[in-house]
Amino acid sequence: MSASHDDHHHGPAKGLTRWLYTTNHKDIGSLYLWFSFAMFLLGGTFAMVIRAELFQPGLQLVEPNFFNQMTTMHGLVMVFGAVMPAFVGLANWLIPMMIGAPDMALPRMNNWSFWILPFAFAMLSSTLFMDAGAPNFGWTFYAPLSTTYAPSTVTFFIFAIHIMGASSIMGSINIIATVLNMRAPGMTLMKMPLFVWTWLITAYLLIAVMPVLAGVVTMMLFDIHFGTSFFNAAGGGDPVLFQHVFWFFGHPEVYIMILPAFGIVSAIIPTFARKRLFGYDSMVYATASIAFLSFIVWAHHMFTVGMPIAGELFFMYATMLIAVPTGVKVFNWVATMFRGSMTFETPMLFAIAFVVLFTMGGFTGLMLAITPADFQYHDTYFVVAHFHYVLVPGAIFSIMAATYYWLPKWTGHMYDERLGKLHFWLSFIGVNVLFFPQHFLGLAGMPRRIPDYALQFADFNWISSIGGFLFGASQLILLVVVIKCVKGGKKATPQVWEGAQGLEWTLDSPAPYHTFATPPDPKLIHAQ
Amino acid sequence: MLPKAKLWLSLIGAATILFSTQIQAAWELNMPRGVTQISRDTYDLHMQILWWCVAIGVVVFGAMLWSIINHRKSKGAVAATFHESTKVEIIWTIIPFVILILMAIPATRVLTEAYDSSESEIDIQVTGYQWRWEYRYLRKDSDEEEVSFYSILSTPRDQINNQLPKDETYLLDVDNPLVIPINTKVRFLVTSNDVIHAWWVPDFAVKRDAIPGFINEIWTIVEEPGIYRGQCAELCGIEHGFMPVVVHAVEQEEYDAWYATKQDEARVAREMANNVVTMSESLEAGEQVYNTTCIGCHQPNGTGLPPAFPALAGSSVVNGDLEANINLLINGVPGTAMAAFGRQLTPVQLAAVVTYIRNSFGNATGDLVQPAAVNTLIQAAQ
Repeated sequence: MSASHDDHHHGPAKGLTRWLYTTNHKDIGSLYLWFSFAMFLLGGTFAMVIRAELFQPGLQLVEPNFFNQMTTMHGLVMVFGAVMPAFVGLANWLIPMMIGAPDMALPRMNNWSFWILPFAFAMLSSTLFMDAGAPNFGWTFYAPLSTTYAPSTVTFFIFAIHIMGASSIMGSINIIATVLNMRAPGMTLMKMPLFVWTWLITAYLLIAVMPVLAGVVTMMLFDIHFGTSFFNAAGGGDPVLFQHVFWFFGHPEVYIMILPAFGIVSAIIPTFARKRLFGYDSMVYATASIAFLSFIVWAHHMFTVGMPIAGELFFMYATMLIAVPTGVKVFNWVATMFRGSMTFETPMLFAIAFVVLFTMGGFTGLMLAITPADFQYHDTYFVVAHFHYVLVPGAIFSIMAATYYWLPKWTGHMYDERLGKLHFWLSFIGVNVLFFPQHFLGLAGMPRRIPDYALQFADFNWISSIGGFLFGASQLILLVVVIKCVKGGKKATPQVWEGAQGLEWTLDSPAPYHTFATPPDPKLIHAQ
Repeated sequence: MLPKAKLWLSLIGAATILFSTQIQAAWELNMPRGVTQISRDTYDLHMQILWWCVAIGVVVFGAMLWSIINHRKSKGAVAATFHESTKVEIIWTIIPFVILILMAIPATRVLTEAYDSSESEIDIQVTGYQWRWEYRYLRKDSDEEEVSFYSILSTPRDQINNQLPKDETYLLDVDNPLVIPINTKVRFLVTSNDVIHAWWVPDFAVKRDAIPGFINEIWTIVEEPGIYRGQCAELCGIEHGFMPVVVHAVEQEEYDAWYATKQDEARVAREMANNVVTMSESLEAGEQVYNTTCIGCHQPNGTGLPPAFPALAGSSVVNGDLEANINLLINGVPGTAMAAFGRQLTPVQLAAVVTYIRNSFGNATGDLVQPAAVNTLIQAAQ
């Protein structure tokens, strides 16, 4: 319907400058998504090095120092380069179409917030080729290992983090301004798709905590170069202060990487169950509760630093509370599927796997919240298994689900369903073979971030590595699917999926370059 | 197809390893129950929460699986239209909340127990260094010699580099284990000299961060004699994977005898600082010190890993002024990984290692350093 009145607008410019100068939310969304995929492969390569070295006991492939660089770079690239930009890319593509807006509120800032990212990651990655080597102190960069004892390249790392933070803050401001000011008439807050809601809340989290991250790396910079002693005990500073400040950023950051995933799954499950989302209102309130709680649980990452017992108890109770709103969400998804009329296309497969495997990550999260038990789990592979379960079959599966779900809307073609399903099943098997044995490794006592291990850990490690290689190789299928789909394929209808609801499905497929230049008919806006 | 080819290659590789004699299969699945009251309580707590999670999982995933099987379009299922129920939402908010309270009660009890480090009979200061532990038994009266020693990985480098078959205790063996008596409340005062480490013995359920500038308390009462092994749990730099914790828990009489021997050794070591050593003694002792202390950064052939860790072979410091060289070892190099070894090594060890590096890796100064000379420089540095 909208294509007809958009035809007199200009289309995209030609050549490289289209992408360099673009202020179009769809172009910028695509840039973010491609960038994210490139970083996913880069961070994945680092992970493959880690799993190859851990394939058997002894040092075979890399030096311990390079191993530490790999764990550090893997974490940083995946968190800041793969997961976060992917969600920003999805927000760019989808939020204006979902709320009936013509574009993002601040299109030039949108361009800027994307284009500084490649520079940040080029700078971070360039340290791999420097004499002093890349950062080797873990993605959590605890002082004083990351200050007094750090390689000189830490300064590049600090500057890269600053740029990534600036990009995230600009992206968030843009999303908040768009959602609050540019909704079509009739699109009340409580009619917004959950993806928009979860991103709105995520954007507030980002604005709250990214400056904290910037602060902590700036304190590091001053400790390293300007003679301060924020984290240096010998100068009267406090190494534990670093952890408090870092995790005050770090815990909300965890939810930044999962709340938009909740929004995606809340869009996909109703579509393929052909039934409205159960408990929309409670989903919104649960998201807001999780966001609030995320600010008062940070020290559960630090149960072994020697806090007073009152502190340990407070953070244990607060952390356990998160299970309540998270549980509500899972129950609502199951209730949506209950008595639906389900089909199992690739996006639905990824969404169902998300619910099951994310919930398993939630269970281990609950176990980790129990302070005395955490003394045993802390800094072991049990923690590694936990956060990879919530991040890989959690956040990353949701991103893949979203890609398959909206790809026909973006390209105008249906993707290859057979390849999509192959990608899903190989990923699903791979991810479980990769991460499930790590629970056992951690419980049996294997610390994380070690390049070599005692012999009793040998068996589960080679199994885990095989899962890793399988999962890693399977991701190339996604690349093939996306390229094939961009180039051609069966024409997609505007509706694409039989059960799809929402404004984006009223547009042609592919969505025209400019959409909703005039607001959509309010009659098209339904309660979610 | 690429993923499949890779899978097969990995499987063949894995099978080779599985059947090689070197690896002893141990499919350990769960947390150890351990040998202390706290470790057993922790284990019980862990299992209790695990079973709660399994039960919830069975209900939630069961409902989901049932829907997936029965409510599929291909079976002719027609979607219902219900989409909210305040009553249901309240029920599934309250039930998890109640379960959480049931979990929190025993957790609070165990935590309170674990935090009571009062009335200890033996106090041991545990200090983390890159990459070793120091154990210092706090003296009960001033007549005692102070017993303190370093505990360093004793697995040979050749095993790590796959030149030799790996022992059963690969990476979990040290030269000097910590020795404590059983059925005695031992308090550990955990701190660090450089970066953050974490002292962990799974069988005691004891894990505490070693943080520079802080002293953390933790305690244990071990109930069974035995050798208990753990590892540093907090990333502490290059050799983080190579600083195990080994504790011998022994009967009281055995502990008393051991402690008396240590007293004698400490007395002798204090006196030995005045002895005169020969070149061959020094080179032998120095090589040992080098292989346990310096090798991680400066590498087996003294080639280092420039620029972070300079080479010793042909180094202008090692081949230059002797006194400056000794002072560098005593005081370290601020802002680098080179620690101040004046406190970490004895004068005898320092003298030996300086002699060793100045006469190895192609360096040939011919210098023989005496412990007394080092002792003088240490006194001057303080």
